[in-house]
Amino acid sequence: MHKFRQNLAHLYMLLFLVFLLAPLVVMSGAAFNDSKLPSVVPWRGFTTMWFSEMIRDERMMLAFANTLWVAAAVALLAVVVGTAAAIMVNSISGRLRTILYGMMISTILIPGVVIGISTMILWTKMGNAMGTEFFLFNPGLHLSVLGQVSYIAAMVMLLVLARLQSFDSGLEEAALDLGASHAQVMRRILLPHLYPAIAAGAAVAFFQSIENFNVTQFTRGGSDTLTVYVFSKVRSGITPTINALAFLLICVTLVLAVLYEINRRRRARIEAAREAEARRAEEAALL
Amino acid sequence: MSAGIDLENVCCDFGTFRAVDNANVSIRPGEFFSFLGPSGCGKTTILRMVSGFIEPTQGVIRIGGEDVRGKRPNQRPTALIFQNLALFPLMPIWENISFGLEVRGVDKATRRKKAEDLLQLVDLPGAADKMVSQLSGGQKQRVAIARALAVEPQVMLLDEPLSALDLKLRQHMRAELRAIQQRTGVTFIYITHDQGEALAMSDRVGVMSQGSIQQIADPREIYNNPVNGFVASFVGENNVFQGEVQHAAAGMASFTTPHGQFRARLGDLSGKIGKLYVRPEHTIITATPAAENSVPVTVSDISFEGSFIAVHATSDTGAHLTSELRNDGSATVPEKGVRVHMSFDPARAAILPDANVRG
Amino acid sequence: MQDLIRRYGPGLTLLMGLLVAFWLVMLVIVPNITLFEQSFRPYLPVVEVGGPKDTYSLNNYLKVFDGNVDRSFLGFEFSIPVHVLTFWLTIFYSMVVTFLCFLLAYPLAYYMAKIVNPRSLPTLILMLFIPLWVSEVLRAFAWWIILAFKGPLNALLLGLGLIEDPIRWTNMGYTGVVIGLIYTYVLFMLFPIYNAIQSLDTNQIEAAEDLGAPWWKIHWRIVLPHSKPGIASGSVMVFMLSAGSLLVPSILGSTTSQWFTQTIDQWFKDALDWNTASAYAFLLLLLCTVFVTIAMRLFRVKLSDIAK
Repeated sequence: MHKFRQNLAHLYMLLFLVFLLAPLVVMSGAAFNDSKLPSVVPWRGFTTMWFSEMIRDERMMLAFANTLWVAAAVALLAVVVGTAAAIMVNSISGRLRTILYGMMISTILIPGVVIGISTMILWTKMGNAMGTEFFLFNPGLHLSVLGQVSYIAAMVMLLVLARLQSFDSGLEEAALDLGASHAQVMRRILLPHLYPAIAAGAAVAFFQSIENFNVTQFTRGGSDTLTVYVFSKVRSGITPTINALAFLLICVTLVLAVLYEINRRRRARIEAAREAEARRAEEAALL
Repeated sequence: MSAGIDLENVCCDFGTFRAVDNANVSIRPGEFFSFLGPSGCGKTTILRMVSGFIEPTQGVIRIGGEDVRGKRPNQRPTALIFQNLALFPLMPIWENISFGLEVRGVDKATRRKKAEDLLQLVDLPGAADKMVSQLSGGQKQRVAIARALAVEPQVMLLDEPLSALDLKLRQHMRAELRAIQQRTGVTFIYITHDQGEALAMSDRVGVMSQGSIQQIADPREIYNNPVNGFVASFVGENNVFQGEVQHAAAGMASFTTPHGQFRARLGDLSGKIGKLYVRPEHTIITATPAAENSVPVTVSDISFEGSFIAVHATSDTGAHLTSELRNDGSATVPEKGVRVHMSFDPARAAILPDANVRG
Repeated sequence: MQDLIRRYGPGLTLLMGLLVAFWLVMLVIVPNITLFEQSFRPYLPVVEVGGPKDTYSLNNYLKVFDGNVDRSFLGFEFSIPVHVLTFWLTIFYSMVVTFLCFLLAYPLAYYMAKIVNPRSLPTLILMLFIPLWVSEVLRAFAWWIILAFKGPLNALLLGLGLIEDPIRWTNMGYTGVVIGLIYTYVLFMLFPIYNAIQSLDTNQIEAAEDLGAPWWKIHWRIVLPHSKPGIASGSVMVFMLSAGSLLVPSILGSTTSQWFTQTIDQWFKDALDWNTASAYAFLLLLLCTVFVTIAMRLFRVKLSDIAK
């Protein structure tokens, strides 16, 4: 009976994975179908023409470039702000901490539509009030960056804060005691400990930014990002160039995932070897 | 180079709680000095005040004769060894050791050389490029000491650094620490709640309770002539008798207890009520009553402890008393349930007040 | 605060304080206050802004009640303002999505935490994460392909003989939207519940088994109560993301499936009436706040538990 339930669970897992991954397979498959409409049925023969057409699609390439710089800017700002916020929240206590922390995480729960509209209104109204034409106060992707940072910074903050929990603040005191300045403590002791979380935060921020639609849609002015472009393509006439793009993105994702996994295993192996050596030294000392 | 440390009327308050009360102590250059006391007695607070992580609420701290109030930890000639060692896990051993030099702008080759010299000193050659997680507990200990020594401190402050080690390794490291201290000549201030550690390593020991220093003396004096009941019972075991002092003369007094009349040395009671303390290994068990200081008891249990044998007995009034016999075959071990007499030398027993804490 | 200065010095503390202030004040508080303020002003041509017509009123909010439509529900005939209807349907279908996500995710979370071989778990998690890294618009697009009238799903069902005629999936009210939202957000339910169940001591399950409890009772009395914070956090995330989604309803919606965010989008982008869009956006924010508050009360969890 127990065995049967276990098999049932494995089967369910398998079905779930199919549910998650099949759409991606279908989408990728359609990139190679020689059909004007993106689909895998009916199969009209293998082609790579959609890839070459994609390269020729200048609007898409521009949108792609926009997406990259927006994501890079968001990642940079969100990492700086999020890390500072995490360090701050970690070393204050009491009511102030509760209030600050509550405000920070509530930004994750604000609907993107609200963030988009409020960011857009604030900066353009500010521009109107000052009567300036300075680019900062006009609609555009820079406002998308600001809007996205407002909640993505909170995600970075949570990642870094989790890492800070495992940080021994005694290390800071030890460094200060050995004569380090506050800046040296930050650079040599605290930040190196946080780098894994900061890197993870940057990756999350980057992907979140690429994926963002709501905030961008309301703040972008006339510029496109990939998400917005794909959206407009899906609504109007669509060609399988989108599938070609999707296929490439999935490939990049897969490669990154595999690299990450390989790196993780390598690190785990090294750490295990070190601990084994420490245990041997411990035993040798007791003899 | 080593410096002496003077604490003059030092107090430290955390809110309304007084962690250290009026501490006065003068530690000599090159001395191995231990603060001994239970957790929460204020010994760590003293260490953190000397290292500069907290400022005293009142009083003066001098290092090498210089008033260090208001100086930050990195401006004081002290190096602290943390309870959990606080080695930097992301740096290799040699960078750990030379970190204090790195932040002072010393060039890499010099730092590397210094790190290797220090590893030699702490008997850990060849570990320079290892990571912290590759070392055993005892090896980490040595690295922590080497790191502290690298900045050439005049005073080393050690906050229970051996508490995480196994019993056997801990005993080994005691001797090691003592040897390193003698080799370098640096003043060591050592914090511990382990009386064995304090007695074995130190030149002098300061016993603390509830923020107050109870007694400062060399280990032998602390053990043999405790000034009060707290010191007597924190450092070693005791049989305690309650009673009243009568006929005090020439440092001796007779003491009336429910068990009868005893004679013992009289400590400084300063008007307080005293109790009589006698260590288990200073009692004798005999079949017949001794001439003085003798209590008839019934043996309730015998426990074999290796180097000695503990005889647990109950007096006629129901008090539990313990006697320790050396396991060298010289003493006859009584049977359980037998009636015997427990006695002690008046010179080995003392009438002492309770701890000196503010009312 | 003093601790902060002691640990990092006054200079770094000031720098970090400024960064955090920029974030919370300039990117969060002031924009939302502006949104709130603008939502009470009328939509005017630029030259009239600040003029005599520019006065505060509730007019923008009252637009919700314009234009009734007739509906019947369980045999009741009634007429309801179209935007109010959209509002309620958005809430209703977001709840449906949340509940279905829970049903789908709970068994899997339990499987990952307690049944699967721990060594293959990292690989499994990595596979689950792949769709999460592919952007939301592409995920919705994938379902657009699958659910197409001549798409692979109909082809598969026809081939298996399960249906005789192809089904117009994207023209069945909210079906397409619900499927799309579940696919897009189910993982936000899965991981919080997985984390919660993982922290449950397996001995507790074994002890209950040993005492003779049937499997459903073990779940009902031990696993489910223990995973409550995870369920709360997952539910809040899925509900908020669903109610706030604009992509999925726009791509997979039918002619009869208006989502409240689409209404906001129309005010903003088509009518260019930012003030009314602000009022509607504020209503959405209010809805989300109320939902989170109710969820926190119901599950007795704190905001900090939800954000994990």
